Amino acid sequence: MATTLERTTRQARTKPAIIDCDIHNELDSERDLYPFLSDRWRTHLMTYGMHGPSGAIYPRFTNRRADAFPPSGREAGSECAFTSVQLLDEWNIACGILNPLTGAGSQLNPEFDAALATAVNDWQVAEWLDKEPRLRASIILPFEHADLAVAEIERRARDPRFVQVQFTGRPREPMGRRKYWPIYEACATHGLAVMSHAFGSGGQPITGCGWPSFYIEDHVGPSQSMQANLISLVVEGVFERFPTLRVVSAENGFAWVPSLMWRLDNTFDLLRDETPHLTRRPSEYIRDHVWFCTQPVEEPHRPEDLRWLMEQVGIDHLIFASDYAHWDWDAPDTAIPARLGDDVRRKIYYDNALALYGDRLMG
Amino acid sequence: MRTRQDGTSVAPGSAATALIDCDVHSTVPRVEALFPYLPPHWIEHVNQSVFKGAGTTYYPPRAPITARPGSIPPDGPAGSSLDLLREQVLDPLGVEIAVVNCLYAIDSLHNPEAAVAFARAVNDWQIAEWLERDTRLRASIVVPSQLPELAAQEIARVGDHPGFVQVLLPVRSQHPYGSRLFRPMWEAIAEHHLVAGIHFGGAPGNPPFPSGWPSYYFEEYAGMAQVFQSQLASIISEGVFDLFPTARIALLESGFTWLPAFMWRFDKEWRNLRRLVPWVKRAPSEYIREYVRLTIQPLDAPAEWRDMERTIEQIGGDHMLLFATDYPHLHTHDPLDTLLPHLPDALAQRIRSENARELYGLV
Amino acid sequence: MARHVVGRVEEIPPGGRKIITVAGRSIGIFNVHGEFFALRNRCPHQGGPLCEGLLWGMLHARVPGELEYTRAGEILTCAWHGWEFDIRTGQSWCDPERLRVRRYDVHVEPGDTLAADTPVPGKVPGPYIAETYPVVAEGQYLVIEVTS
Repeated sequence: MATTLERTTRQARTKPAIIDCDIHNELDSERDLYPFLSDRWRTHLMTYGMHGPSGAIYPRFTNRRADAFPPSGREAGSECAFTSVQLLDEWNIACGILNPLTGAGSQLNPEFDAALATAVNDWQVAEWLDKEPRLRASIILPFEHADLAVAEIERRARDPRFVQVQFTGRPREPMGRRKYWPIYEACATHGLAVMSHAFGSGGQPITGCGWPSFYIEDHVGPSQSMQANLISLVVEGVFERFPTLRVVSAENGFAWVPSLMWRLDNTFDLLRDETPHLTRRPSEYIRDHVWFCTQPVEEPHRPEDLRWLMEQVGIDHLIFASDYAHWDWDAPDTAIPARLGDDVRRKIYYDNALALYGDRLMG
Repeated sequence: MRTRQDGTSVAPGSAATALIDCDVHSTVPRVEALFPYLPPHWIEHVNQSVFKGAGTTYYPPRAPITARPGSIPPDGPAGSSLDLLREQVLDPLGVEIAVVNCLYAIDSLHNPEAAVAFARAVNDWQIAEWLERDTRLRASIVVPSQLPELAAQEIARVGDHPGFVQVLLPVRSQHPYGSRLFRPMWEAIAEHHLVAGIHFGGAPGNPPFPSGWPSYYFEEYAGMAQVFQSQLASIISEGVFDLFPTARIALLESGFTWLPAFMWRFDKEWRNLRRLVPWVKRAPSEYIREYVRLTIQPLDAPAEWRDMERTIEQIGGDHMLLFATDYPHLHTHDPLDTLLPHLPDALAQRIRSENARELYGLV
Repeated sequence: MARHVVGRVEEIPPGGRKIITVAGRSIGIFNVHGEFFALRNRCPHQGGPLCEGLLWGMLHARVPGELEYTRAGEILTCAWHGWEFDIRTGQSWCDPERLRVRRYDVHVEPGDTLAADTPVPGKVPGPYIAETYPVVAEGQYLVIEVTS
């Protein structure tokens, strides 16, 4: 490794403020959660460890940004102070939303899953939100068990620093299924968005045709699994039942959105009699209810297609996300090319997230 | 006069150029139709037990999309009558060649003896009842794709019959088709110079979504496009085309407007992660443009024609698309009305016949 | 063309690296099995700190299952997205013709040729810019050439 490491510092210049909708706060180890667990569940965690559905472990070369490990030797993304400097200060991020990916939400033991989710949320408050006023967070839920999840939402909803609830990319059932409706009802009541973050398995493979062999397939996969989630949310009538519900797609890219809307609308023309509960065309629900984190920004073969693509998705519904400190993050200054113009950039980097999250973000 | 898929009539166009229909369906009318081609112990089994063979289609049996108006003959299900196929498609459209795809659900037969026996019977039935009765027809070999060694044996048995141009693989499968499990099948496909035709549907038993089973057929129909995407990711990542450079893939009833976004994402992941699959020597989009073709039914059309034009440009190359009616199934658009007349003549002609002629080696 | 003294040879042992700023540019200098290489520390993709990434061998395969591993430690992957660059040429793996990172020549030179701009027979004289390193006659120094 390097004998000396002088970090590249970008030229100081006036940078417009940014809202970053996907920042990862990591555990250095499960021990970080011990102070937030009851004796009963701390003992369980120490004795048994976490246990979710078996999935896939892929050789993958890389995991975190190689330059994001704090000098303390802790895991990248696990120290609030280092994140403040390396991410928030460096890029003039006025406000950033934390999405911890800890295994809470995916434990097979429901009571343990609920205790773990509560502990993660308490840890977020103590170690992140109380320490850094620029941060907001997603509520971690035992979302496979709606009663336990709603209890956790009720516990957090009055803290305005929690802006949304977090689902993994692949719950055990498609996201529109009615087992999740009590969660959506609680979110609608409290003005919380529902966010689905790429990856994380409820036990199903990431494709509709079995487990792929390579991490590159796994890493293409979220754009397919999020499409399945959206198809389900729209077609099963979630937005009819909860007309104020807002859904956020995180780390799934967005290039697939236009062709999905076309296909759904065409299917609606063909099969609408099967779903009489839908009163509008599917694309209308998506345009009104769904926001898309930009990362990873797809790179069209013809650069001029990016603008067209964003207009097809709806420039007002794209929100910038860096995915710090994961290896596949998007750098805030280059992710949305300057050629798109200040107007588009200001919306994607700031205004759209503010409109989406409102007072919970800046109140 | 030509009959549209919705049963209305239209005068034939003046540019009467050759037409090759890459996706029409033959349906086994009833299990007894296979008796001449089944061994006696299976006839006895069917006659004396509740087992009556596999399902005859992946579509909901009575849905309007399963049978366009006028396509149900008096003595069987839609797609079971060669006379009606002639009357509704081959004659009025002046079809030079049509590729028949039988969707008999061999993949749902987990009993390998049954899977092999019924695959053989269906193929022999296709030869006798379809290929030998109309010289305009070609067909796809049905195989027990869930058992690749046995699939290879069936390909070896009938693969040299001049009427068979393709092996039919349902897009939904227990494992993605790039998996090394399938190598014997790919070897047989390459050895017999057949196209691998990956078709909408499948009954492998595992759910079509990465998050389980949806509630409505609407969701399955719309979501099938993502399964095609996952299969492409698998086949390219696993080096099928590096191992078998003569292999070609036709995506049948896949939709095609999703392809540009998928290529952008996959290319991006390849630049990040190609070390994991070093045999993939070029960007995935280059493999797709060399080895993969897609049928134009269903169309998944955007609201604005200029967006369709742009999408076709993004796919890249006049050689990618194949004409198909998908008779007797019903979709939202009839491409003879909504696509081909609006395209430049040279491109329309390639889609109508030349691309298929090259792909299938039709003379 | 300016020549910059960027450190003493023994500061970068085999397998090591040092990231320095020369003429306003961040540059990574690597010792790969005793050979020195220098690349601009900015990935042409999204501007990431390329030279803080890991070094790997080259992995080729004609077909799956026939992996060929060569050139251990000569492939630099960007600290952010893992794009591969050949440390000898600065060329990317994914688009070697169009996407490359600037490379610089690195020379090992004895201190007595560098100190005090002493003219040496057969060598073009300075300017040798010793930015932070007091040069003494006895040492061996790394010198890179940077177009200003």
